[in-house]
Amino acid sequence: MMIRSILKLAVLVFSAVASLAATSVVNAAEPLKIAFVYLGPVGDGGWTFQHNQGRLAVEKALGDKVKTTYVENVPETADAERVIRQLAVDGNKLIFTTSFGYMDPTLKVAKLFPKTYFEHATGYKTAPNLATYQTRFYEGAYLLGVIAGKMTKTNTLGFVGSFPIPEVIRNINAYTMGARSVNPNIKTKVIWVNTWYDPGKERQAAETLVAQGADMLAQNTDSPAVVQVAEEKKVHAFGWDSDMAQYGPHAELTANTENWGVYYIREAKRVLDGTWKPGETHWGIKEGMVVLKPLNPAVPPEVAKLFEAKMKAIVDGTLIPFSGPLKDSTGIEKLAKGAVMPLSDLMAINWYVEGVDGTIPK
Amino acid sequence: MYRLEKRPQPSAVMRVVSPLLAAVAMLVTGFVVFTLLGKDPAQAFYVFFIKPINTSYGFGELLLKASPLILCGLGLALCYRANVWNIGAEGHLTLGAITGGGVALWLGDSTSLFALPLMLLAGALGGAAWGAIPAWLRNRFHTNEILVSLMLVYIAQLLLSYLVHGPWRDPAGYNFPQSKAFGEAELLPMLIQQTRVNGSLVLALVLAGASWFFSEKTFAGFRLQVAGLAPAAAAYAGFSEKRNVWLVMLLSGASAGLAGVCEVAGPIGQLQASISPGYGFAAIIVAWVGRLHPLGVVLGGLLMSLLYLGGEAAQMQLALPSAVTGLFQGVLLFYLLAADIFINYRLRNTATATPPNAAPSSTEAGV
Repeated sequence: MMIRSILKLAVLVFSAVASLAATSVVNAAEPLKIAFVYLGPVGDGGWTFQHNQGRLAVEKALGDKVKTTYVENVPETADAERVIRQLAVDGNKLIFTTSFGYMDPTLKVAKLFPKTYFEHATGYKTAPNLATYQTRFYEGAYLLGVIAGKMTKTNTLGFVGSFPIPEVIRNINAYTMGARSVNPNIKTKVIWVNTWYDPGKERQAAETLVAQGADMLAQNTDSPAVVQVAEEKKVHAFGWDSDMAQYGPHAELTANTENWGVYYIREAKRVLDGTWKPGETHWGIKEGMVVLKPLNPAVPPEVAKLFEAKMKAIVDGTLIPFSGPLKDSTGIEKLAKGAVMPLSDLMAINWYVEGVDGTIPK
Repeated sequence: MYRLEKRPQPSAVMRVVSPLLAAVAMLVTGFVVFTLLGKDPAQAFYVFFIKPINTSYGFGELLLKASPLILCGLGLALCYRANVWNIGAEGHLTLGAITGGGVALWLGDSTSLFALPLMLLAGALGGAAWGAIPAWLRNRFHTNEILVSLMLVYIAQLLLSYLVHGPWRDPAGYNFPQSKAFGEAELLPMLIQQTRVNGSLVLALVLAGASWFFSEKTFAGFRLQVAGLAPAAAAYAGFSEKRNVWLVMLLSGASAGLAGVCEVAGPIGQLQASISPGYGFAAIIVAWVGRLHPLGVVLGGLLMSLLYLGGEAAQMQLALPSAVTGLFQGVLLFYLLAADIFINYRLRNTATATPPNAAPSSTEAGV
């Protein structure tokens, strides 16, 4: 009897130790490896910086359940495919590629690694293990336009564009539509710099816009150069992607920024739970992925009130920026009153709305 | 007081050895930098120089990335041998991609065997045409080919940007700046399965051989050498400087143009706004590290390619910033140029009369 109970105890202890060992194996199991591919340097103060903030948010939220890696300054050339592939070979299970030019390389690598989850920002190609995601950033651009339209003294808004692709044209249009909703007399002047990140070129473009009479500047490029020019020239500007108030404390009225973290955390959790699925995500202000920074005190209270009201209307769906009546810059009607632009048209937009000066470079 | 004094007889041995010394000095610097950054230097070296190429895919990437560097470097080496300071290989490359890619788009889904040769020819001609502009301007108006060839880089890039944003944009591509994908017959054949190594490597090696033959065995090559080493003698011998300028600019343009068409007909497979991460500029370092010799250019191209791959690996494995790649490339060129100074000059202490035979030893010249 005695021996038997000792034996029993021994079995019990052994199994307890064994199960403890087993759980400790599970705990010590590799954390989920997540990788990010960046177009610019993490210190660009704009697009890439903001994605990197998202990466840090994932680390903060999920702690030792994840391990993140990033590669910066990856050109949108043949090199992207190698970098993405190497990250998959290194055992990263969730890979975010954060620029449009990585679309085809990401798709190619996704086919080679069916058990790795890929996420491509701003593209349109998906696969069973490749999702796409982007923000409805034009919602924020529209709201910047509301402030600009109210506060401009010259009725001339300036916009520094990177490349004439749908994403950027959408933002220029939304900025202009927001301004025209409160001031139908405004014109938006656009200068294209053909780069995402070149502080020198962005600065020149901003200076030219100011010389042409623009007193409200916005940009769809990645550095804070435009805000810096506005500060020097004593005009106003808006932060883009990141809060750029430190570069222009008087000039920046608010900033249209991305909070990629909310999405990155959700996707990481889904991989951890085994519930990841492909698809196309378009999140806006409502979902917390587009965030407008607190207004500069220079914004008059009545403008601030209007801004808040419009933001609320966007969040509750009563205001949809791309809805009719809408004309293009040559006066042709594009949307009848009450019509809403379909997502596919919005994704491929290649014309300016009424109020934008000039034509899109072809 | 120290001053530099021209050596009567620069060492021929050191001229060949100096790239190796520069590479060693670069490694020593890397060792110091890695240590200062708090990384284990042995592991850092492994990650930077070994890990990227210890798989067949990785080695393939080394060859893939070296090919455009070699193609551009060969042409630049010819130019520099003839004292023609062409720094516009990036533009020649871009134009080659445009003309070669343009042929592919024009042919559409052709299955013709001639599609690829036609594209390569068009790429070479496009690059040569871009090279002809600075050549003509220099010969006709004595313009500075350094400035002209550099400025033409930006024009070529903007031309490509215009084409992919406008007339050559894929109508089914949501207005994104990309052309249609090229057909199967318009892509370079793969050399090794499971890698991305393609026919451009063969092209680069064949051209390296041809370049050696041209420089060493032909009269035209001899004329170039003389023009570079002793312009006065070349003029006295009646060698036309203008003809040399035309020759090297056209050849280097064609060679870089091939690099461009090989990028778009190789790993990229379509035309898009950015096709080169600066191969044409990196090839300037390749040409000098390779001592302007075709074999040296091949080795220099491989080394530069490895520095790119190592920089990526260092980011992924060691969380080092991407600037590490540029740092190594810059340091390599710096040491090489420093070594060249000491090949042609020696340091003499003029305050204390040093006997002339106490010249600095060769190791000092290296580091």
